[in-house]
Amino acid sequence: MRRFTSVSLYGLLCVLLIAAAQGQWIDAYVQIIIMFIGINIILSTSLNLINGYMGEFSVGHAGFMAVGAYITSVLNVWFFTSSKVFGPPLLTPSSAVYLFPVTLLLGGVGAALVGLLVAVPSFRTRGDYLAIITLAVNYIVKSSIENIQAIGGARGFMGMQNTVNSMKESWNLPWALVWVLVMVGATIWTIYRFVNSTYGKGIIAVRDDEIAAEIMSVDTQRMKLVAFMLSSGLAGIAGGLFAHVLGYINPGTFTIMKSTEVLVMVYLGGMGSLSGSVLSAIALTLVLELFRPLQVAKWVVVPLLLILLMLFRPEGFLGHRELSDVFPRLRRWFSPQERQS
Amino acid sequence: MDLQSFFQNLLNALQWGSFYALIALGYTLVYGVLLLINFAHGDIFMVGAYISFFIATFFLGQYAFALPMALPNTAIFAITLVLTMMITAGFGVTLERVAYRPLRRKGASRLYVVITALMCGLILENGNLALLGANRRSFPELLNNTVHVIGGVSVSSVKILVIITTIVVFLLLETIVRKTKLGMAMRAISYDRMAVPLMGIPVDTVIVFTFALGSSMAALAGVLFATAYPVLEPYMGALVGWKAFIAAVLGGIGEIRGAFVGGFLLGFVEIFVAAFFPSTLRDLIAFSILLIFLSVKPTGIFGVARTTKI
Repeated sequence: MRRFTSVSLYGLLCVLLIAAAQGQWIDAYVQIIIMFIGINIILSTSLNLINGYMGEFSVGHAGFMAVGAYITSVLNVWFFTSSKVFGPPLLTPSSAVYLFPVTLLLGGVGAALVGLLVAVPSFRTRGDYLAIITLAVNYIVKSSIENIQAIGGARGFMGMQNTVNSMKESWNLPWALVWVLVMVGATIWTIYRFVNSTYGKGIIAVRDDEIAAEIMSVDTQRMKLVAFMLSSGLAGIAGGLFAHVLGYINPGTFTIMKSTEVLVMVYLGGMGSLSGSVLSAIALTLVLELFRPLQVAKWVVVPLLLILLMLFRPEGFLGHRELSDVFPRLRRWFSPQERQS
Repeated sequence: MDLQSFFQNLLNALQWGSFYALIALGYTLVYGVLLLINFAHGDIFMVGAYISFFIATFFLGQYAFALPMALPNTAIFAITLVLTMMITAGFGVTLERVAYRPLRRKGASRLYVVITALMCGLILENGNLALLGANRRSFPELLNNTVHVIGGVSVSSVKILVIITTIVVFLLLETIVRKTKLGMAMRAISYDRMAVPLMGIPVDTVIVFTFALGSSMAALAGVLFATAYPVLEPYMGALVGWKAFIAAVLGGIGEIRGAFVGGFLLGFVEIFVAAFFPSTLRDLIAFSILLIFLSVKPTGIFGVARTTKI
């Protein structure tokens, strides 16, 4: 029974949220906040795989997000809506309901392939030099999108709202919220299972000591490849969701600022802590939203809070620990056999 | 491209590269000593430019309390330069004192210090935006910029000033780091953090000196940048800062020579890409070259791979 506690609790939460959104109990603003929290959770947990579990320093997460966002949006607009760019829909708009997850995954796959740009140099490069490579990839992606005029260039790309609407016409559900919740669950489950598996522990071995890991027959190159591609693929999915929540994307959204925001979430939550990343994604999104009335001063107050946090608790909320380590009683409710290490 | 426009671009590239080199220097100095990427450095450059703006306008008598006598513009430029470098150096040291040193004392992981640096940069940018508003400020013209045309290539005096200053600064810093006792201490700290305090070297003093040196170089770049491109805005340091960081890494971070060569190289790439291709492709090609270069030679031009003992 215990094995299914977390899954069923999350399922219950999702059903409640969707029902609340469907029954108009929570207004559109709250729904958007919830969706942003979900997207930020995907971004922070996937970046934590690189920065926390593998111990590399990636500062270009927004680049992968941009790839996913653009691939998913272009496919959806092309297939399911009539737009100025691509003309009439290629498929019937009603099939959007079934094919949306496919396009989302294709966006993730595309982002994972771009992740190769980082993964391959990471075989030879470490630390600060790899940080530059991730930074360069972020700029390359942003700059490439700006130069492709067919998808709007620097002006941005829109029309995703029509896809969401046509999904709503076939089945009257808040589809954007549904898919955000599904993907958040899938991401957390994937990363949790991955880092707790024998295979995935190779990533932690790479962080602790790459040479020793190599000697102990961990295929470090393969581990890096898997970690970078998984992380960037998940970021791509988050990007696809982001595009459909907002309905408009432009390359200016996916700058180093966005990457920094995700980076902050990871370090706030604590490196190598999945529950920390989730908590900090929720907390930071809410804090940023609460401080919205402060306007510009928001970006002074929030970094200041983070610096204070770094001074007094440099390892973040939960550095290298999970919620179940801090509150051992929680373990009674969740699968005990998976955390024997 | 004919010879004439080649030399014109070469000159532009030298000037553009000079700014990158001067800022990259601050990254590389701090990294060489502390192994810390000081991401706030681009914004220290911005702060330097703003400080110089206020000093220059003060001496030009644009505020309520003017000086009794009017100074010649060149004198104002010299005073502005020196004062800005001093104040910005103090600023950089304060930043180190307030934000980085407590973390270092605690023995926090390097990456947390990097995050703190990123946050400091954000505070500087947005604090400036909140305090001074979003309107751009134009830097007063202190040096009369004479343009000589030599063989069809227009050579402005500001460009020459920027390039010569950068080369002088490079020679000066090489001397400081290679020849003086303080420079030896700086190299020693990066070589072995544990042994240096045991030898009676005051680590904190050396670090303060490093920050002062790096920040004053950023201030120098700020004043020169504001003279060459007289528009100031709060985010001017962000992109230039990141690119200067890339220049530092390209040259091999931690190496003074590397920062200069990397800075000039990035300047050349950017200017010549813009000369041959549409200028929107500038960032794309510049960063692609960087990516390929680092994939082939992961430690930069002058960087030496640190060997690990097993």
